[in-house]
Amino acid sequence: MATIAAHTGNLEDVPLRLKLRRVERRQKLKAFILVLPLLLFVLTTFVLPIGRMMFNAVHDNTLLKLMPRTMRALDAWDGSDLPGEAVYAALAGDLKESSAQRTASVIGKRINYELPGSLSEVISSARKVSKLSDGPYREALIETSPLWGQHGVWSLLKRGTSAYTGYYLLRSVDYQYSPDSRIVASPPENAIFRDVFLRTLGISIAVSVVTLLLGFPVAYLLATLPRKSSNLLMILVVLPFWTSVLVRTTAWVVLLQQHGVVNDTLMALHVISQPAELIYNRIGTIVAMSHIQLPVTLLPIYSVMKTISPIYVRAARSLGAGPFYAFWKVYFPQTLPGIAAGCLLTFILCLGYYITPALVGGPADQMVSSFVAHYTNEELNWGMASALGAILLTATLLLYYFFNKLVGVDRIKMG
Amino acid sequence: MRMSVLALVGLTAGMLAPPNPAFAEDQLTVTGGGGSFQKVLRKVVFDPFSRASGIKVNEAEYDYGLAKIRAMVETKTVSWDVVYATESGVRQLCAEGTIETLDWKKLGLDPDKFEDANYTECGVPAGGAATIVIYDRDKLSNGPKTIADFFDLKKFPGKRGLYKSPPVEWALIADGVPIKDVYKVLRTPEGVDRAFSKLDTIKKDIIWWTAGAQAPQLLADGQVVMTDSWTTRVYDANKNSGKHFEIMWDAAVLTGNAWVIPKGSSRLDAAYKFLAFAGRPQPQADVANNTASGTGNRDAIALVDPTMLPNLPNAPQHMDRVVLSDSSFWSERGDELRQRFTAWLAK
Repeated sequence: MATIAAHTGNLEDVPLRLKLRRVERRQKLKAFILVLPLLLFVLTTFVLPIGRMMFNAVHDNTLLKLMPRTMRALDAWDGSDLPGEAVYAALAGDLKESSAQRTASVIGKRINYELPGSLSEVISSARKVSKLSDGPYREALIETSPLWGQHGVWSLLKRGTSAYTGYYLLRSVDYQYSPDSRIVASPPENAIFRDVFLRTLGISIAVSVVTLLLGFPVAYLLATLPRKSSNLLMILVVLPFWTSVLVRTTAWVVLLQQHGVVNDTLMALHVISQPAELIYNRIGTIVAMSHIQLPVTLLPIYSVMKTISPIYVRAARSLGAGPFYAFWKVYFPQTLPGIAAGCLLTFILCLGYYITPALVGGPADQMVSSFVAHYTNEELNWGMASALGAILLTATLLLYYFFNKLVGVDRIKMG
Repeated sequence: MRMSVLALVGLTAGMLAPPNPAFAEDQLTVTGGGGSFQKVLRKVVFDPFSRASGIKVNEAEYDYGLAKIRAMVETKTVSWDVVYATESGVRQLCAEGTIETLDWKKLGLDPDKFEDANYTECGVPAGGAATIVIYDRDKLSNGPKTIADFFDLKKFPGKRGLYKSPPVEWALIADGVPIKDVYKVLRTPEGVDRAFSKLDTIKKDIIWWTAGAQAPQLLADGQVVMTDSWTTRVYDANKNSGKHFEIMWDAAVLTGNAWVIPKGSSRLDAAYKFLAFAGRPQPQADVANNTASGTGNRDAIALVDPTMLPNLPNAPQHMDRVVLSDSSFWSERGDELRQRFTAWLAK
């Protein structure tokens, strides 16, 4: 009893704290269990595929898988001179097998990425080698194709002995391996990706700015009008929002084309004498994208404005501030969280645009996602597609991070 | 908890699994380039085949790009049983083992009866089409006469339509290379540079199209003053839409087409039956009569309407100035050229 009495002061609060902790733990667990299905869903359908995609950007075992003998033989090669007869014999063995398995074009395609012009050489060597009966292979192979006498192809194959490669990521920022395995700038006729990334950023910024300039006054009007008329206006804003992106983009094609509604009207009014080029270029892209993104920027701004009490501006006016001064110093700062939310949403959505630039833009207006689609669907170069995607994702996350540092995501209000 | 995980895994697996390929033999998926041409195929090939064999034909469309076929075969999710492909595509797919090597005995056809018998290893030739330049006679009374006119912005100001694939043959011919030397020049790096620098001269005035139906549409809308197109589409536009599109035959690029079977099709027997049917003279002549495409089976030409013959791309009066598309060049160098073309476009 004495001991208990001595601890009375503690006994009172220890179980309470424990109890609280237990309750909190139970609540956390409950919350976690509620979240768990979504978490698993996001993991299996989002995080895993994206992780797999990022992995593809650096992982490529084509050569390792299809040329196992050569890869093993190359382990001993020091990389200074052309490799010895043993390596050539291994190559001949691999090519013979690839000819039988019809995988020569896959090997050729992989080599062709880095050494343009090799695809046909590899396929024809595979065909010719399958007729060769016996060695020595070194001279015979160099005779079938000068490719095998080049040092560059051997450094490339040597790099292929590792299942990991930086090739795709380097290509995505306009660098590549030189024949002696150094990292050098891509030749100008292939160096396009830095431009493409800058273009993607530029178009996204332009669209965010345009939607902000157009959306802000409308949002202000909507927030200040009496409910009846603002509801009607609101329908005008959200109706296009509910229409499919494809439909709206195609509508822009009809409007903006050479003999479309806009050009015909301007010509009939004698504003212009020649049809203006409004489509299949940057103008068309930005106009159509801004139209599609407008509600996405406008709605968060509107919902923030809706919560701003008119009392503040009235107070400022009564203290002697002019209408603009009151707006700029009192009202505008309070809308900033909405502006930030709207612009960030629009900007990030724009980074991934594909279908609209494809339909209303020219070839020089295509954004990163169009190249991701091109490499996925047309070239079947999934390493390149993954690398471009990974860079875009990283850039987006970085931008988000800095945005967060600058503005603070906790200040963003979606309404 | 376990239940929801299991349910979730089951749900995702169900969504990701390929559709069940069972109950194979009574239907078949045939893929072509879509549009008016496929409509004719449906009428004169697919439907008669279904009536004769009791096998239902489902249709799919593609843009003649090989990637989708390759991806299907590579991932073993082949849902196209028969594909209408271009000659260079057939050669490429055949060389890499993406499509079935045909057993002509099983087909019951004689390979020697077919035009250009050297690509019959993997495909049943189905006649050819030509890529030609077209213009609207109603809007341009004095149209282009040569392929050099296509590149002449002074003589013919305005936009041009072009199929989104490297049009290097025309660039070289317009630059003065004789037709017979085109592929010889193209096999050199300087030749390729020359073709691209010629294309540079009209780059700003090209609208690139990707689906066969777009070309006549661009022309009809007045978006372009002239465009390349496929002969079959022009015939349809003039016949069925009352257009007055004129074909400029100079340097027409002739390509063969063939029916092929992607490797791993679960309906191989039905696919063979289809190829055997489509290779017969009568269906091939019917296609030619309705689309102005060429014929693959030599016996078919006797069944073609004589008034139709001058419209066919391989009619004798065009032959002295056509470009026979070199499918071995395209299957060897195509990937490289397309890579360069993509980069060139993006600038």
